[in-house]
Amino acid sequence: MSLSTAIRDRDVAELPSKRDEDWRWTDLRGLIRVLPPPSSPVEGDLDAGRFDELVQRRIVVANGRGEAVIDVPAGETAWVSLRFISASDGAHAASASIVVGAGATLHLFETYEGQGAYVAQTSLTFALGEGAAVERVVLANDSAGGVSVSQAEVRLAPRADFAQTVVTSGGRRQRIETRVAHPGGHASLRLDGVYLLAEKAHADLTTVVTHDGLDGSTEQLTKGVVRDQARGVFQGRIVVAEGADRTDAKMGHHALILSDKAEVDAKPELEIYADDVACAHGNTVGALDDDALFYARQRGMSEVEARALLTEAFIGEVIDRIDQDEAREVVRAWAAERLRG
Amino acid sequence: MLSVKDLHATVGGNEILKGLSLEVPAGQVHAIMGPNGAGKSTLSYVLTGRDGYEVTQGTATLDGEDLLALAPDERAARGVFLSFQYPLEIPGVPALTFIRTALNAQRRARGEDEVTAPAFLKLAREKAAGLKIDFDMLKRALNVGFSGGEKKRMEILQMAMLSPRFLILDETDSGLDIDALRIVADGVNALRSPERGMLVITHYQRLLDYITPDAVHVLAGGRIVASGGPELAHQLEAEGYERYEKAAA
Ligand SMILES: Nc1ncnc2c1ncn2[C@@H]1O[C@H](COP(=O)(O)OP(=O)(O)OP(=O)(O)O)[C@@H](O)[C@H]1O
Ligand SMILES: [Mg+2]
Repeated sequence: MSLSTAIRDRDVAELPSKRDEDWRWTDLRGLIRVLPPPSSPVEGDLDAGRFDELVQRRIVVANGRGEAVIDVPAGETAWVSLRFISASDGAHAASASIVVGAGATLHLFETYEGQGAYVAQTSLTFALGEGAAVERVVLANDSAGGVSVSQAEVRLAPRADFAQTVVTSGGRRQRIETRVAHPGGHASLRLDGVYLLAEKAHADLTTVVTHDGLDGSTEQLTKGVVRDQARGVFQGRIVVAEGADRTDAKMGHHALILSDKAEVDAKPELEIYADDVACAHGNTVGALDDDALFYARQRGMSEVEARALLTEAFIGEVIDRIDQDEAREVVRAWAAERLRG
Repeated sequence: MLSVKDLHATVGGNEILKGLSLEVPAGQVHAIMGPNGAGKSTLSYVLTGRDGYEVTQGTATLDGEDLLALAPDERAARGVFLSFQYPLEIPGVPALTFIRTALNAQRRARGEDEVTAPAFLKLAREKAAGLKIDFDMLKRALNVGFSGGEKKRMEILQMAMLSPRFLILDETDSGLDIDALRIVADGVNALRSPERGMLVITHYQRLLDYITPDAVHVLAGGRIVASGGPELAHQLEAEGYERYEKAAA
């Protein structure tokens, strides 16, 4: 079952459904009765991208059209923005291939920008050479009517460093999935996420990390804020295979629910088959602290302002972990707009 | 200035304030003393509008305006400030950011311009130095990991920066070492003025040696059961509350 096959064959029977354990909270089969026709090309000029000023190379893939091939030769550094634009009521699939050579560095700023009631699927592959470093910042701004699934396969090499931060406001249904093959060998992985959901938005952050060798580390922190009738889904799975000894893995997921009708579903899983493994995980779902809110209001902040301050501080812990200064501030400003809007 | 008449309030369905009346004229400092559980903190929360503290009877006005009809932040903008008995920790929000946000919110609510960043920093440096607070501490998340005494000092710093008109200090002296007590008292005394009123809740005479009150009230069983001059505090220290608790019961 896959959305890309369903789009290609216009066959709803191919859609992932809640019968698939992995998709039970993001049921596309139950949602989409008929797949829309293929999206037509996007006409006219595009607005500037949020990260345009930070990069040397800008790649745009609109309604599934456009080549996204990034190849950073060994030892070099590249700054690239990658925009996936959906502007249609149709269906389309896109793909991107990213290769980062040994010792090379890639700063990748990826956005999803949507308008309309589209159904979109995006596949990305990342292959990192030994000692390669990637910082991937994903800002997902799908439309309230859009269905979007992004699926990344990441292959690390020893001593590689892959740091990812996904920040999303969800969609009608949206899933951002990252699967990482982790060879150990002192490679390090950071997989962070923030979801800020209002009205009927749905976002699903799914990650699967498989540690296959000695001495690997994974650090994961996801935080969400959901209000109205929104729904956040976090599925985080870390598998430490037999022989992947001395793996260090941390996973945290924390969500704030700001209304009675909002919902968060979380499934953190650590599966450990190796020895001498340091693993920690924490998962909390709660409301804003009423006492802290009163304290802020006693000092003069309106309820709206006090809530915004406390929720921005809550997700700030994740945003602060973005390495690149300018990108971090772009993301922070985008998040503040969502929280105050 | 502050006028409280026949105030009754419940918390969690229990009546805690049972007909409390109190007048604090502008320019005066009134102390409130009383046994644990008497309702002192309850009074401070009722006056500042905390959720869960329900007024069932009586009035509370500031300069004739009905306080009880206002939201907590509206009361703050009118100049009501509470130094909390147990200040809250605010993870992820540096003290400076918190205070600047509060100050600007109050100023906007009063139709004043926001303070500029340089003016704000100058004010913060000046007030922190006066209270012997290391300026770097203001870059840390407010009250997170601060010692009890540091939290109380931080309350007084916020008070000094917000420059309120009516101050309620709820056991600001507890947890302070002897030097800190003097520093905090100096900070409070600096705010004494003919336009300001203060309500100082304390268990100890010691604080009142530094902040001389115009009047002392005994709060027991949800009511003011005795009032007098500064000498009343000395008498309480010597004799305890036994006879007032009987009177209240
Ligand atoms: N949420 C609550 N539900 C029920 N009773 C409460 C609640 N909060 C406070 N009380 C009760 O109200 C009474 C008054 O409490 P309050 O905190 O006002 O006392 P206090 O005079 O400030 O005491 P202390 O000197 O110990 O600070 C106490 O008996 C307390 O147990
Ligand atoms: Mg108290």
